Amino acid sequence: MAATREITPEVDRATVRRFEFASRVENFRRGWYKFSRNTLSMVGFGTVLTVILLAIFAPIVAPYPEHAGPFTDFLNAGKPPSLEYLFGTDMIGRDILSRVIFALRPALIMGIVVLGIVVPFGVLLGLVAGYARGTLLDTVIMRITDVFIAVPALVLALAIASVLKPNLTNAMVAVTVMWWPWYTRLIFGLASSLSNEDFVKAAELMGASKTRIIFGEILPNCWGPIFTKMSLDMGFVILIGASLSFVGLGEQAPKPGLGTMVSDGSSYLPDQWWIAVFPALAIVIVVLGFNLLGDGLQDMLTAEKGG
Amino acid sequence: MSDLLEVKDLKKYFVIGHRDSLGREPITVKAVDSISFTVQEGETLGLVGESGSGKSTTAYTIVGMYQPTLGHANARGQDLFANGKARPKSLRKEIQIVFQDPGSSLNPRQTIKQILELPLRLHRPEVDRLTETVRLLELVDLPPDYMYKYPYMLSGGEKQIIAVARALATEPSLIILDEPTSALDVSVQGKIINLLLRLQREFNLAYLFITHDLSLMRNVAHRVAIMYLGKICEVADMEEFFKDPRHPYTQMLLSSIPVTSEEEEQAKPVKVVSTGEIPSPVDVPPGCSFHTRCPYVMDICKQVDPEMTQFTTGHMARCHLFTEGEQPETIGQS
Amino acid sequence: MSTMPLLDIRNLHVQFDVFGGRLRVLDGVNLAVRAGEKVGLVGETGAGKTTTMKAVLRVLPQPPARIPEGEIFFEGQDVLKLSHRKIMNVRGQGISMIFQDPTAALNPVFSIGAQMGAVIRHSLPDNQRLSKRDLRERSVIPLKEVALADPERLLDSFPLQLSGGMRQRVCIAMALATSPKLLIADEPGTSLDVTIEDQVLRLLHDLVEKRNTAVVLITHSLGVVRETTDRVAVMYAGNIVEEAPTAKLFASPLHPYTQGLMAAVPKLTGGGVSDGIPGRMPTYLNPPTGCRFHPRCPHVMDICKSEKPPHYQVGDGHRVACFLHEGHAATGENVTTQAGGEVENL
Repeated sequence: MAATREITPEVDRATVRRFEFASRVENFRRGWYKFSRNTLSMVGFGTVLTVILLAIFAPIVAPYPEHAGPFTDFLNAGKPPSLEYLFGTDMIGRDILSRVIFALRPALIMGIVVLGIVVPFGVLLGLVAGYARGTLLDTVIMRITDVFIAVPALVLALAIASVLKPNLTNAMVAVTVMWWPWYTRLIFGLASSLSNEDFVKAAELMGASKTRIIFGEILPNCWGPIFTKMSLDMGFVILIGASLSFVGLGEQAPKPGLGTMVSDGSSYLPDQWWIAVFPALAIVIVVLGFNLLGDGLQDMLTAEKGG
Repeated sequence: MSDLLEVKDLKKYFVIGHRDSLGREPITVKAVDSISFTVQEGETLGLVGESGSGKSTTAYTIVGMYQPTLGHANARGQDLFANGKARPKSLRKEIQIVFQDPGSSLNPRQTIKQILELPLRLHRPEVDRLTETVRLLELVDLPPDYMYKYPYMLSGGEKQIIAVARALATEPSLIILDEPTSALDVSVQGKIINLLLRLQREFNLAYLFITHDLSLMRNVAHRVAIMYLGKICEVADMEEFFKDPRHPYTQMLLSSIPVTSEEEEQAKPVKVVSTGEIPSPVDVPPGCSFHTRCPYVMDICKQVDPEMTQFTTGHMARCHLFTEGEQPETIGQS
Repeated sequence: MSTMPLLDIRNLHVQFDVFGGRLRVLDGVNLAVRAGEKVGLVGETGAGKTTTMKAVLRVLPQPPARIPEGEIFFEGQDVLKLSHRKIMNVRGQGISMIFQDPTAALNPVFSIGAQMGAVIRHSLPDNQRLSKRDLRERSVIPLKEVALADPERLLDSFPLQLSGGMRQRVCIAMALATSPKLLIADEPGTSLDVTIEDQVLRLLHDLVEKRNTAVVLITHSLGVVRETTDRVAVMYAGNIVEEAPTAKLFASPLHPYTQGLMAAVPKLTGGGVSDGIPGRMPTYLNPPTGCRFHPRCPHVMDICKSEKPPHYQVGDGHRVACFLHEGHAATGENVTTQAGGEVENL
């Protein structure tokens, strides 16, 4: 092929970078606009943001940070909510508000760590199985996934956690093991249908390697559902973590854990209701926040597809 | 001019199921059932046919998406299928394709720059990608700031133009265009067609242009081949194809096109009306595959598949009407 | 002709409330169809042709659609004001519709006979009931009319067993089974091959001639419209921009859009392809002020940018909404100016 028109364009790299920036900004603003229209999503976003900030700045925000550690004050034990102790005190005199704030930390950590392992692992497996649809590799991966899904989640988590020593780390291990197959399944479905799209075929015909196709063509189209699911999952991972610590398989005393606090406080119901109710409320709010955020992300993405 | 692309006795069958549950008696669709043609450098071969004709399958096989069931295809003498699915990059860059649906042929999560860079990365690693991307955009009359747009920001016509730019990126000799304007409104088709014609002149590109729109074909192709249920019925130089169509199917197709002027109406051949239904591609009847609809059907048509008869240089048709000794040469090419 | 039109769409405005604002799609559409007439509604994707017809049948879900202004008279009654019961009667007996994709229009899990039977049963007067055998007998008749082979056996077949052309013929049979006064055909040949489309359109032509059914044929193909209609209305961005008897429209198209469209169609006689019309159809969220075509018009004048052109009568049955023809009498339609100002009646 002989190029009869010699074009040496004046390519000003600075201008090009401005184009790039402008485009990315437009793309972001478009997505944000769609998201911010929905009040509930904004509520979710706000809640999650608050929770994260509280967890990070716990020592500064909590009125009695030392109550989060080994501390006893039997004089003030079992006091109902008051101006001094906004959520009241528990059976050994610790401020429940401060403990709840500190308990957000292991909850969030559990979510972050578990998802941090589960998502890359599960997504990678799903991508490979989805793109290799119809081959032995796909079958092997998906049948293993099926096995893990078949076992009821909580049962599996309990089984693992009870075999290992009861602490936060092992609770995270338990949840990780039972959580990854859901990502594999989600991405498997997405990846297999994307593999039939013309643009993937175009890349294959161009001679792109399988790796480039999986990570360059297919994965970018999966981010949306991945982030949505992650957001929804945060809430549930935290819930499972709380459930585990409720039965004593999570964070051990005297470290505060939301589930543990509910469990401990349950024997004091209904008279000293605040000991169990506030941690439970905290769980509800955190989970709800992540759910609303996730729903908002989902709406934003489905709207984008149509628009 | 040498043969850029030579296709000989190409067959592509798909097994879509089995007649019983034990996997015996496969149900086969003979999408492409032995076709032969050539494409010269710098020329446009039009491939016309309706649904089920096998024109898209032909395109996808040549470009490397499918492996042929039988038959050969050579580009500049090199066997396209020598390495099976692992077609060497040097061959891949020579033959590019533009798909029908601009909406799905561009990755929605990539910028135009990323889309155009892929072929550059793979086939021309030595060039400066930024400069080359701008050059490609300029070649297709798009401003450089399109680089950072996403496909959803472009109109259907613009997306298709990007698909053309992507095909050009590897500096190919042959571009296969599979109904490139069918999904677009008529008011934007012209822009793309004229762009393609201009690029053809500039870069001496050969096109395998697939469409069902004969009016469009008339303005684009140098030679036309018409397909029906996996076989080529007629091949001719463009002028002759439209002025002197021989095969009954060609005549039927040409006479049914809706046209917008009296002049064109006069240019159409006498009306040939179908006398039957299209057979299912799974159950192609014996003999000539067109006999169920052909108004000139004879007994022999139901039993024997006709061979190609040559009329003038380059004009051939496959029909029993012409093998009864009337025409000079009977060239067996099936 | 002084007879009342069968269908009379007057100043129809249709809008959609969507995420991001209000789509002002139809901007004052006027169209009349007389009994037995075949009218073509031509336009490109997004012009509003299907929306107009869906409004006639009242199948636009409101919300998100809303009809702030306009009337649709069918046989003298304003369809938009009819009760649900009455509109059900209009659909199917008064007006029938066939769609672009016959595969999507037929329910794949019911046999042809079941679907045809349902159509016939719906058209019976309330107190009449038919026996199974009678219903079956009645169902065969329309299938015979559309030249389908072996109609008895067809009653027991399922849509997916038929070819595309056959399915479309079944849809036509179902639409005409109740002998409606008006048939709306929405791109009936688009999903079919050219030879089959030709067959189907000719069949349709014969059937409506026989029954004197009026037809509104929606299509983007000028060639189809030329061969099958008496009159053509050209739509662009929610307005009818030109309307004329078919032969006249092709002989002398007046609106720049019509001209551009005709020039853009590749000719069977060769001669190259025109570059088409630059630009694209505007978004309905913020359509151009004045004439909606002005950003793409090669003959744009200042007035076009600020005022919406009324329809001018330029000949027998030929009207065009363009200021280039201001010399002619205005028909008094499409008179809502951008500022909602005074109505000019001539």
